Amino acid sequence: MKKASTGGKGNNVEDYLRMYSQMVKIRVFEDKANQLYLEAKMPGLTHMYSGEEAVAVGICEALSACDKITSTHRGHGHCLAKGAAFKEMFCELLGKAEGYCRGKGGSMHIADQENGNLGANAIVGGSMGIATGSALSAKLKKKKEVTVCFFGDGATAQGLMYETMNMAALWKLPVIYACENNGYSEYTPTAEIAAGSIVARAEAFGIEAHKVDGQDVLAVNKLACELAGRARRGEGPFFIELATYRYHGHHVGDIDRSYYRSKEEETDWKNNRDPINIFKKWLVKQGITTVNELAVVDKKILTDATISLEYALAAPYPPPEEVDAHVFSGVAHTLPYLTGVVE
Amino acid sequence: MTRKITLSRAINEAMFEEMHRDKSVIVMGEDVAEAGHPFKFFQGLVDEFGTGRVIDTPIAEPGYMGIAVGAAMTGTRPVVDLMFGDFLFLTMDQLCNQAAKAHYMSGGKLNVPLVVHTNLGASRRSAAQHSQSIHALVAHIPGIKVVLPSSALEAKGLLKTAIRDDNPVVIFHDKMMYNEKVEVPEDEFLIPFGQANILREGNDITLVGTSSMVAVCSAAAELLGASGISAEVIDPRTIVPLDEATIINSVKKTSRAIVVDEGHQNFGVTAEIAARISEKAFYFLDAPVGRMGAMDVPIPFSPALEDLTVPKAEGVAKWAMRLCGRDVKNVA
Repeated sequence: MKKASTGGKGNNVEDYLRMYSQMVKIRVFEDKANQLYLEAKMPGLTHMYSGEEAVAVGICEALSACDKITSTHRGHGHCLAKGAAFKEMFCELLGKAEGYCRGKGGSMHIADQENGNLGANAIVGGSMGIATGSALSAKLKKKKEVTVCFFGDGATAQGLMYETMNMAALWKLPVIYACENNGYSEYTPTAEIAAGSIVARAEAFGIEAHKVDGQDVLAVNKLACELAGRARRGEGPFFIELATYRYHGHHVGDIDRSYYRSKEEETDWKNNRDPINIFKKWLVKQGITTVNELAVVDKKILTDATISLEYALAAPYPPPEEVDAHVFSGVAHTLPYLTGVVE
Repeated sequence: MTRKITLSRAINEAMFEEMHRDKSVIVMGEDVAEAGHPFKFFQGLVDEFGTGRVIDTPIAEPGYMGIAVGAAMTGTRPVVDLMFGDFLFLTMDQLCNQAAKAHYMSGGKLNVPLVVHTNLGASRRSAAQHSQSIHALVAHIPGIKVVLPSSALEAKGLLKTAIRDDNPVVIFHDKMMYNEKVEVPEDEFLIPFGQANILREGNDITLVGTSSMVAVCSAAAELLGASGISAEVIDPRTIVPLDEATIINSVKKTSRAIVVDEGHQNFGVTAEIAARISEKAFYFLDAPVGRMGAMDVPIPFSPALEDLTVPKAEGVAKWAMRLCGRDVKNVA
């Protein structure tokens, strides 16, 4: 797959436009998902990625399909950026049989192996080991694959992170730890849960760590391309802290946020630091495209999302007999298997 | 042809055979490489397969369990060694929230062919944090197979099956049995999961024993035989899956049963198996189903106290006598 570089004006127009549309896809998907929640059409809750699009897209555009990622409870952005499609994503959110996980995972567990997504994870920091283990597999099999472990600032409080970073550094694994610091650990400002410096924690293991503006997709992509390339050459692991912001609450039901952050702060990020607007302005200023051309892109994505969502809403649920399927690989139905019945 | 080998040797042979057969099999854990493990059953593996496949980890059970889960998802087949079963508690999120559920949550897309190789059993004077038998804990979680070998023979066949399984499997050896020798075939063999072994046939009572308690049940059957009671002894081999049919058919024949397992008795393996017998052989029972587990106290250090916590053959035999309506004073 051809990847974006950050060469001068006019370079890789296709790549720039794909980065733009990937970010818009995420925003549109999340707006639709939020609406599903508000209309009580979605089972359970979900966590919006809106505002953080440049992180997932900037990084995933530096990867190819055989590279792996692990994702988080706030994972729709990572899934889409790694190549997932609207239809199977909406189906999964609605618990439908055609979802990525046949409706068994839902919003917080979307896995899309064909695109290298080893799954979102509902345990904060829970995928640190999985990502590191994926990198161990790549090293053992001498594959030039990179694994990116996405996690939030909240996960930096989990002990697993330090155990796995220690081993990744000892064994020089091709893994990139991408810390999306959106300023809040659920409903608590990060400053209240994280002592000292986040990047210094990685540096303590001898892991090269970087800070980057997570709202600037080009800056993220440039760094990710460089680090992914170096990780493939055996120079990993690496750590990136990406400063970003989540527009919604911790989850879709977190409506009144006044007790932990101000409306002014939210408005400032949306008006002045929106990753899509920043990139849009850059694209137009560079003469790569026009506002009107981008409006056509936006419209097409919105139409695709609307059609996919309508499809998902009408799609069937999994049949009841699937409830005890997929517990064990190679076992069609678990309940009889547990009593010793051989199929 | 067979020869007598220890359980440690059986583990060693199974690992050599499987690592030669399949290059994706690796071993991870504390002191598994040059040290060959504190219990020595991995000796020679690192010389044969190198440090790339026999990996010494830091003392970080949650971390290397997590790494093994990710490696298993991506084409590697890790055997993760936990030096003591008690350390399973440290790994619970990675084992029970991640490994056990990945296949299901992904709708069957992700496989986790992971073996957790650990142990159970008291009586080693190791006190409360190195003596537990907590296999019921993982057996409670859907998505994990649980294997309880009762001898070197069983260990070799079951470990090889575990390594070839595409799912998370936790295998618990009895740590008191590492140096016990039994006859084991020289040729390669596998023992399938979910097929109980009838060690001794009998007509008066069924003794279901797991792992360390298989020998206890066999010894109890000997004592009972001397008193004219014919006991059938069954080793389920695996509790997930559990071969119900063999147990239920036996109880239908004998009309009495005692289940013996070294896990704590409260909410444990004995309760589960006894309940299944009560449900499925109720009209065949002549006495309540007995169950004996480890005493529901932390395992004490003092030998005088520790020995009180684990079921013994004499205790099993006495209870069996009572269930058979016999005077317990007559136990040989």
